[in-house]
Amino acid sequence: MSEISTALVLGAVVVYLIAMVSFAVDISGLGRRAPQRPVRKAANIGMALSWLGVGLHAAGLVLRGLAAGRVPWANMYEFSLTFALVAVLGFLLIQRSRDIRYLGVFVTFLAVAVLYVAFWHLFVEADGVQPILDSYWLIIHVSVAAASTGVFSIAAGASILQLVQHRQSRHVPAAQQPVRVGAAGGAGDAAVESDAVAEPAPPSSFVGRVMAQLPGAESLERFAYRLNAVAFVGWTLTVVAGAIWAEAAWGRPWGWDPKETWSLVIWLIYAAYLHVRATVGWSINRFAWFALIGFVALLANFYIVNVFIPGNHSYSGL
Amino acid sequence: MARYVPEGLKQEGADAPAASEGPRGPALGVRGWLRWGWRQLTSMRVALMLLLLLAVVALPGSFFPQRPQNPEAVAQYLQTNPDLGPFLDRIGMFDVYGSPWFSAVYLLLFISLIGCIVPRTFAHAQAMRTGPSRVPRNFSRFPVRARLRTSAPLSAAVTAAESVLGRGYKRQTTDRDGVVEISAERGYGRETGNLVFHLALVGLLVVTAWGQLVQYRGQAVVVEGDSAVNSAVDYDSFTSGAWFDSGSQEPFRIRLEEFTSRFTDAARPDEFIADVTLTRGDGEVSTARIEPNSPLSVGSARVYLTGNGYAPVITVTDASGEVAFSGPVLFLPQDTAYTSTGVILVPDANRGEPQLGFSGQLYPTALRAEDGTVLGSTFPLPQDPVLILNLWTGDLGLDDGAPQNLFTLDIAGLEQAMDVTADGSEFPLELELAPGDTVELPDGQGAVTFSELRRFAALDVRWDPSVPWMGVFAALAFLGLAASLFMPRRRIWLRIEEGASGTVVHAAALARGDDPGLQRELDRVTGAFGKRRTTAEAKNDE
Ligand code: HEM
Repeated sequence: MSEISTALVLGAVVVYLIAMVSFAVDISGLGRRAPQRPVRKAANIGMALSWLGVGLHAAGLVLRGLAAGRVPWANMYEFSLTFALVAVLGFLLIQRSRDIRYLGVFVTFLAVAVLYVAFWHLFVEADGVQPILDSYWLIIHVSVAAASTGVFSIAAGASILQLVQHRQSRHVPAAQQPVRVGAAGGAGDAAVESDAVAEPAPPSSFVGRVMAQLPGAESLERFAYRLNAVAFVGWTLTVVAGAIWAEAAWGRPWGWDPKETWSLVIWLIYAAYLHVRATVGWSINRFAWFALIGFVALLANFYIVNVFIPGNHSYSGL
Repeated sequence: MARYVPEGLKQEGADAPAASEGPRGPALGVRGWLRWGWRQLTSMRVALMLLLLLAVVALPGSFFPQRPQNPEAVAQYLQTNPDLGPFLDRIGMFDVYGSPWFSAVYLLLFISLIGCIVPRTFAHAQAMRTGPSRVPRNFSRFPVRARLRTSAPLSAAVTAAESVLGRGYKRQTTDRDGVVEISAERGYGRETGNLVFHLALVGLLVVTAWGQLVQYRGQAVVVEGDSAVNSAVDYDSFTSGAWFDSGSQEPFRIRLEEFTSRFTDAARPDEFIADVTLTRGDGEVSTARIEPNSPLSVGSARVYLTGNGYAPVITVTDASGEVAFSGPVLFLPQDTAYTSTGVILVPDANRGEPQLGFSGQLYPTALRAEDGTVLGSTFPLPQDPVLILNLWTGDLGLDDGAPQNLFTLDIAGLEQAMDVTADGSEFPLELELAPGDTVELPDGQGAVTFSELRRFAALDVRWDPSVPWMGVFAALAFLGLAASLFMPRRRIWLRIEEGASGTVVHAAALARGDDPGLQRELDRVTGAFGKRRTTAEAKNDE
């Protein structure tokens, strides 16, 4: 069963890789063709492949859990699988209500990279867990952590695009900003984007033409914010559930274990992000930078703190 | 952010006062400066900076070993870094979370938080009492708005509007010269949630500090058949807060009946179970099980299983044939196969002339080389336990009162007993014993017996009355946060007046923060005026 799980996950990596190429072809097509293209064939292929990949990925994860006889997120390999699955699945589900195919390259790339590292550097055989991990808090604390990480990841993609979009739109006079194909959610969008009705001259650079097809920086920012808000609540739950578990397992709710410390730091950075967003007079670029710093800390917590800094969490094994 | 204006527009709800009322030249007196400082401290910008600063100052604690958590690692670090270590120690790097600079940052943050949240709480309470504010004169600055006409008479339109707004909205209806204005607002819970969240953080800090002051924690290592008593003097180590009162220490005794562990074939631990008998202060006796993740609660104290190992029962007779030592000896596991080390101190042997000391290695499942010498342990359970002892004679140095490490022998003043091979070279004497064995010591110095192998469990007893309260405040913070982020706070304004051919309704909606559903909500409200003969003014009518 363990081998089948491994094969399925490998299959998912391959499928995601092809999906990523399809999304990339779609994006570069945006740069070449006229603004309003009715059909985005490559993007549709990318979507279909992503669904296929998610299917393989999920099946692999479920089999892994069955092989180990427990929930499949007890070590770094499995945690990677879980949060990458949440990221791709989240992307696909959001796509059902609004067009975010422009994030496809990012999300599939992330999935490929995470699974690659998981597979070649973090792999461990499916097995039970140590008594100290054998608790229903493993189910709650770690699954919420993985889900939040997945959602933060999608948001980070949107934040990066937002920063690119901002750079790009500085080259285009405001009056020329074209209609976006991405869905513009939110009440404020109407006002923001209503001044872009007149048929614009297409931007001259390639990136400019691509970005001109995507939602505006404000819209991307709002999208990232919504995801970050959800993930932040999840992260809060992660920290709280972790403290409850630590109280039962280690005899104290909080002990400044390196992982605890980093989780708090991540939480503080995202809390600062929410405050930045509530502070008047700051450009939305700053919001994106704060969110990205939070995301970098999140990755560091997982890939650096787990591996290189000894602490109570280390015994979860790679 | 001392002033809170319940208006969705960020320009109005912000910390403008702090920014605009900075110091204005020398006229500012002490009170002026104080007030200015307070404004700064309670501004959003400073709160934000303090949040980030707290994140930054918390980090060194994850890079350097911390004394409260791991004093041995700190000592080790100081030894390997004799140049940098003392400097780092001076600036508090080995006790970051107790350092003045760390405390300063979080205290400032919480002062800022209180200064920020308390006035907001009053303002919010007032806003809840007074209800929604007046309808703005001009709707055109609101992106979400509509204008529509209905054939219904004015009064019917007003009734329809009020009923569609329903109970969810607090509203105020004014009628001025035939122009009816309705101001409605919902989602006060968003702000309530935000306030609850922030105040719960303060609560969390306060109960944590209180817990630190009154708590106690004791550690005891108990061998099967032995007991630990919950009293400060009985523990191997005991720490308590500054306000600790020994009256809060529940009297009880725990006797370890049996310790069981299970391992997989690959020697991965699978189960640790301490079966204990608990005797309470009132004499009530019960049995219980302590496992990892399931501590034993005795009153409000909790008993945790934090470690385990082997304790061979050893008897030493000296040269005169008298029993100089008898009892279980703790051996500390060194690896996953429970290869363990321990020492046996026999100060009473030969009336101290000389004293005997043994340093030993215990192999629960011995791995042997071809010639029978023991190489190591292959499994943590005692399938073929072997104890190897080295003998030392001389002065154990116990009389000078210096603290002794329980698991390594201080060899100063001791001489190691040697053995000689056939070719004449010397090597340390090794005594090999399996359970039940007795081995003679060389030169008629006596004998040592390894009668049985018992287990020991390390138990942590902890009492911290703040823990349930932490749970309460954490839960409040969590719920408050969710409300604060996801509850939409919306205001809807309607101006309904008699027009040329029926009744004209102007509507506008505004949300606090980010609210993707606002347009839909306005559509729902305007839907009350009959079929859609609306001009969706929201789009491009300017
Ligand atoms: C331990 C320190 C603090 C933490 C962890 C924290 C956390 C948060 C979080 C997570 C939010 C998001 C909820 C929301 O957007 O409604 C928030 C909002 C807010 N915080 Fe804090 N906060 C802290 C201190 C402060 C301080 C010192 C102030 C005052 C200067 C403050 C003022 C606010 C305000 C006004 C909002 C609402 C923003 C909005 O209107 O959206 N907070 N805080």
